[in-house]
Amino acid sequence: MSSVPVTPPASDALAVRLAGVHKSFPVKGGSSTVALEDIGLDIGTGEFVSLIGPSGCGKSTLLRIVGDLIEPTAGTVEVNGKPAHQARIDRDYGMVFQAPVLFDWRTVEANVRLPLELMTGAAGADRDRRVREMLDLVGLADFTRHHPHQLSGGMQQRVAIARALVFEPALLLMDEPFGALDEMTRERLNGEVLKVWARTGTTVIFVTHSIPEAVFLSTRVVVMSPRPGRISEIIDIDLPQPRTEETRESERYFELVTQVREALRAQHGGGASAARARAEGGIG
Amino acid sequence: MTDGRSAARGVLRTVLLLGVFLLVVGVLWEAFKWLFGDPWRLDDILGTGLSYYHQPPFDLLQASDLQLPHLWSIVGALMEPVQRNQEQTLLGYLVSAAAYTWAEALIGFAIGTLIGVTLAAIFVHSLFAERAFMPYVIASQAIPIVALAPIIVVGFGRGLTSVVIIATYLTFFPVTISQMRGLRSPDPRALELMRSYAASRWQVFWKVRMPASLPYLFTALKVAAAAAIVGAIIGEGPGGVKDGLGRAIVNFNQQYITGPEKLWATILVASITGILFYVCVRIAEAITLRRRGSTSA
Amino acid sequence: MTVAAEARPGSDAGRPRRDLGSSLMRLVPPVLVFLAAIAIWELATAGTGRRVIPPPSAIVAAMGRESDLLTRSAIATFTEALGGLLIGSVAGIVIGFATARWAVARDILVPLAVGASTIPLIAIAPIIGNWFGVLNPLSKMMMAALLVFFPVVINVIRGLVEVQPAQLELMRSYASSPTEVLRKVRVPNMLPFLFTALKVAATLAFIGAIVAEYFGGTSAVIGRVVLTSMSSGRFDVAWAGIIIGALGALGAYLIVVIAERLIIPWSPSFRA
Repeated sequence: MSSVPVTPPASDALAVRLAGVHKSFPVKGGSSTVALEDIGLDIGTGEFVSLIGPSGCGKSTLLRIVGDLIEPTAGTVEVNGKPAHQARIDRDYGMVFQAPVLFDWRTVEANVRLPLELMTGAAGADRDRRVREMLDLVGLADFTRHHPHQLSGGMQQRVAIARALVFEPALLLMDEPFGALDEMTRERLNGEVLKVWARTGTTVIFVTHSIPEAVFLSTRVVVMSPRPGRISEIIDIDLPQPRTEETRESERYFELVTQVREALRAQHGGGASAARARAEGGIG
Repeated sequence: MTDGRSAARGVLRTVLLLGVFLLVVGVLWEAFKWLFGDPWRLDDILGTGLSYYHQPPFDLLQASDLQLPHLWSIVGALMEPVQRNQEQTLLGYLVSAAAYTWAEALIGFAIGTLIGVTLAAIFVHSLFAERAFMPYVIASQAIPIVALAPIIVVGFGRGLTSVVIIATYLTFFPVTISQMRGLRSPDPRALELMRSYAASRWQVFWKVRMPASLPYLFTALKVAAAAAIVGAIIGEGPGGVKDGLGRAIVNFNQQYITGPEKLWATILVASITGILFYVCVRIAEAITLRRRGSTSA
Repeated sequence: MTVAAEARPGSDAGRPRRDLGSSLMRLVPPVLVFLAAIAIWELATAGTGRRVIPPPSAIVAAMGRESDLLTRSAIATFTEALGGLLIGSVAGIVIGFATARWAVARDILVPLAVGASTIPLIAIAPIIGNWFGVLNPLSKMMMAALLVFFPVVINVIRGLVEVQPAQLELMRSYASSPTEVLRKVRVPNMLPFLFTALKVAATLAFIGAIVAEYFGGTSAVIGRVVLTSMSSGRFDVAWAGIIIGALGALGAYLIVVIAERLIIPWSPSFRA
């Protein structure tokens, strides 16, 4: 089966282009497991795309392949028209992991400044201004001199988001960033991520296993199925922008949540319905 | 789940690691002598009539045959009598000395472990006791206990008791500290669960805290094993106990000029004694924790 | 460790500083125990004269009486111990850095260090005396340095190597060079490990120096003073020597603790 066709992105410029991506990991005994099979996906500049699926569907692996943290076994990955490796060298990626991955020995401010220190070009004063702006944006302006362990989990994750955005990367990769947080904090941070996204215009790829989160945030939701990991359906989220708390209560929101849920459930419904799901994915 | 076999593999790994250790030390040793030591010759290699002469390129006092004998002369010395006209070999003498030191260290180790485990249980349950005594437990380790060794030996007599006390002292500290950490390691939710069952402190201690502390306990015991042997040797040596490896070290140090191999052989046996003690603790750990997945090396 | 499972809006402002009063209160129990111990010791031994365990007052008196010898001995022994601490730590740090990068070197060094921690290294004190000269303070320093070296080298390697994989992944996403990873991640990550080792090493240095003294050498050193005054029945002087040695070790330990507080105030070891 060839890769799943996708709806043309909103903008004509492509941020990410995946074609025929395969990934298999060697297992003990010489054989290997297939983590991803025949992934094709185009993401337009400025899109917010969520990858959703059950554990083991390879969504985090796919994210890491886009970010050139691991290499695909086969297939091509292009980011902004160049190979993923080149994009990483050009510092096109902002990464946010499930754990905040902050450095104990740096203050909040210094943690956010880290990528700027590694990338030449930004002058000292300009650097500090950008750090302050980002911390303002995520609502941590009062905590610049704190150390990470003095912050709550939600605040730590906001620091990580500020750090990912401070150098204005072309592509923001988020790997279940709010998976470890409670529902209330998660919803608040969802709102903040959208605000940041609107302000910066960054393209976002967001891995999650929360259906409401995926629907609320995204312009498109990519539903994946496991063993081997593949794209089973792509659902356009046509909720109006900007999204607010009212969005969560709208009729259309519930419809889309249901649609994503059914797409995920279809994977368990045996061969026939899985095939149908794939066919529907083709229609969009 | 894989239990027994992986535990055995863990022990095997430790033994291999220590084997590598001895090998590395041996190789470095002879390499050092090859470069800096005294010249030596082999006159008749395996009866072939060929001879070999080695002249090291550099000369260093520390690598001379007097200061750093060849490994083969140390091993050779083990097979010779302790003193002229005596039947007992050096090896036999050292093994009996090592057994004596081992016994002292083991008794001290057992008592020290008991004290450490008890103290930890008290400290975990009483904030006052912890605050009042913990600083001294810590300070006791900043004190070079071995400096006290001679006084303890004089105070309690030149015998087993004194050495046992020293070994005890060196054991209890790592055990106390690590065991406290272990007793505090259970997930707070596990403690809450026990609370929901209205479990008594005693039950919580035996059913949750104690099992959780075992890996921590063994970490400490591995440190303490070496410390107990060191304590025993120091107690015997300068303290003037008449038996054991410490005594042998002091004696052979006095005879160094006439037979440096004897002192080195003693040190070799002392090292093997320490390694054996460690391996025993490691085996006990592997058996106790065999159902808990991997144990540390 | 880095993932706090839930947000804690109430404690968002970070921890309140512990006020001075309550930290002074924490000192009360240990000070009480100390005073009680001294009092009991004094009462139990008072008037017993030159016994193996003399009363504290007699020890203090002995310190005054023998202040000249004790001062000279203390200076000599402290120099040996601190010199050894310096040599051993520098060697440990240098070798740790040199080794951490190469897996092969680590595979050789780590069993060496583990093995060294299971054998009574102190047994080679007389040999080291022979190597560097029994009368030369360097021989005591080298014994101290040898004891210090292994914990330092093990901890430096562990600190440089045991970095969270996610932190390395993050640095990779920035396309940062190995040098940058070393400077910005590995070295700061290693510092708490190093200080843990130095705290152990501070005591070990004194143990090494004093034990090396037991095995022979010049007479105006703490170890010899303790041994000779004991064999001549002057237990008060012996105890004075032991207490001075202990205070030296305690002092070195406290200096490391204070340095740790100042240099790495962020260290996880300061959190309950």
